[in-house]
Amino acid sequence: MVETKVQSILYLNGVTKSFDGFKAINNLSLDIRPGELRAIIGPNGAGKSTMMDIITGKTKPDEGEVKFRDVIDLTKHDEAEIANMGIGRKFQKPTVIESLSVWENLELALAGHRNVFQTLFFKLDKAQIERIEEILLLIGLQERRAEQARNLSHGQKQWLEIGMLIIQDPELLLVDEPAAGMTDYETMETAKLLKSISENHSVIVVEHDMDFIRALDTKVTVLHEGSVLAEGTLDVVSSNPRVIEVYLGR
Amino acid sequence: MSRKPILQLLLTNDKASRWLFIVMGVLGVLVPILNLAVPADSAFHVPTYMVTLIGKYLCFAMLALALDLIWGYCGILSLGHGAFFALGGYAMGMYLMRQIGDRGVYGNPVLPDFMVFLNWQELPWYWYGFDNFGFALLMVFLAPGLLAFLFGWLAFRSRVTGVYLSIITQALTYALMLAFFRNDMGFGGNNGLTDFKDILGFDLQADSTRVSLFVITLLCLAGAYILCQYITRSKAGRVLISIRDAESRTRFIGYKVEHYKLFVFVVSSLIAGLAGALYVPQIGIINPSEFNPLNSIEIVIWVAIGGRGTLYGAIIGAILVNYAKTTFTSGVFAEYWLFILGALFVITTIYLPRGVVGILDGYRQKVARKKADQAAATPVPQTAGGK
Repeated sequence: MVETKVQSILYLNGVTKSFDGFKAINNLSLDIRPGELRAIIGPNGAGKSTMMDIITGKTKPDEGEVKFRDVIDLTKHDEAEIANMGIGRKFQKPTVIESLSVWENLELALAGHRNVFQTLFFKLDKAQIERIEEILLLIGLQERRAEQARNLSHGQKQWLEIGMLIIQDPELLLVDEPAAGMTDYETMETAKLLKSISENHSVIVVEHDMDFIRALDTKVTVLHEGSVLAEGTLDVVSSNPRVIEVYLGR
Repeated sequence: MSRKPILQLLLTNDKASRWLFIVMGVLGVLVPILNLAVPADSAFHVPTYMVTLIGKYLCFAMLALALDLIWGYCGILSLGHGAFFALGGYAMGMYLMRQIGDRGVYGNPVLPDFMVFLNWQELPWYWYGFDNFGFALLMVFLAPGLLAFLFGWLAFRSRVTGVYLSIITQALTYALMLAFFRNDMGFGGNNGLTDFKDILGFDLQADSTRVSLFVITLLCLAGAYILCQYITRSKAGRVLISIRDAESRTRFIGYKVEHYKLFVFVVSSLIAGLAGALYVPQIGIINPSEFNPLNSIEIVIWVAIGGRGTLYGAIIGAILVNYAKTTFTSGVFAEYWLFILGALFVITTIYLPRGVVGILDGYRQKVARKKADQAAATPVPQTAGGK
């Protein structure tokens, strides 16, 4: 899935975005390699969500470059186009389609046809059914496939949403606070799940939970006031005095 | 769940649809027989005015169906759907006007009476072609369809949603109402189009014509219902539900939300237009009051009372409320009808969020649960859902 030719799966350079004079993102630069699992931490208002919005096309930056696979300028595309290029996003609040079943949620996210007339006459083929089964197994929801998504527990919704991400076959996954509101057990299971996903996808995880970040055991970027404060392993950044001051010390 | 041919699904799997088809079938056979074959003095005779009255309810049911498709499944609350209904009606009305020929009060073979009255010398260009039924039928779909396409294209592309969208749909129908009230628009001003004589050569006052129109309306309603069922049960239907429940999530999965909204909005406007076109020959008049925003709000009430997002609920709601309207507006309650309607709406919204069909559904689930509890005693093999 990852082509070796590509240098950076995602490359942000000098990105700035302000809302009514408030700089949510300030000269932010970020470089994600193909196949990399990157954790991003930062206090509330550090610009994590705005960064996600810019990457996924929901918000346009005032200035700066946003490049996908070295060449594609993401600022020129809308959400649906970016999603179809291979960038999947999981929201902070689990947003699965509540009134559809687990199976239907996965079917909806399944890679492939997206236009009205294709979906009007769509039928699952054998390979697609197998693919859905495979994902159901991965996220551990085989038993609850016919259940309406609204009846799932909070953790299960998160997993379903992660499943919906993977089934789109994205090259890059953006995962916003997956462990929020989860039990300790669920948190650790989620970290395991993300690590296994990162074996063949690039993943960016935004998270507050330090135990979760530690379990991911990967490179960490600390955001503060819209730009990068520190970067490195969790041990390196957590001993950085500036990081301690703005974030960990609280 | 929905991987079988739609007709098979409707007839085998979906109890509500099956009942609906049975009732429509019975109506379609019984009403013509009781009207045409049973002598007028028999207790079983269905008078022609009753045939037309039921026909009118069916047109409204179709209109409610159109609204439920966009509101119940895609969350687009149109408060101007009466506009599409009226446009379809006007297209049909223009054909019926031209059919009058020289039998009008002024006896002008080309110009409708109101134009002679206004001292117009020739037919405006936009009336050309309406003497041809095929052309008129095309316009029945084209006029509302094009308006819906233009309006939807602009509104959905700029991501106008929720209450803002509702308000501009309301403005749309209001603007059309004002325009159609003007005499120089060439649509008969506040009198509208009326005094129709015949349709395709058949006398509109004849019982057989009335009954035929009734049967055609019934067939169109059934067709529209099957179309809506097909759409809502396809994968596209699940995309619509997903737009209703989580619009921005749907975008991030990669669906062009505006395309889906536009598609379903246009389909809905076509159904509404057809309903209007069937309404006009049965009622015998179309005037600008059909564009009245209040009418459009009433449609929303029918759907809400019947039960939103079920399709058959919309049909039940439209017929129930209009039956109540006929009953109450002719008796001592006449003055209080609007209060009754308002109260019904408020009560439904607060106590019956899923409408009349919600009550039936709740009862059915209770029975099913009781059965399931009994069955739980004996273990059953795991069933694979979703397939």
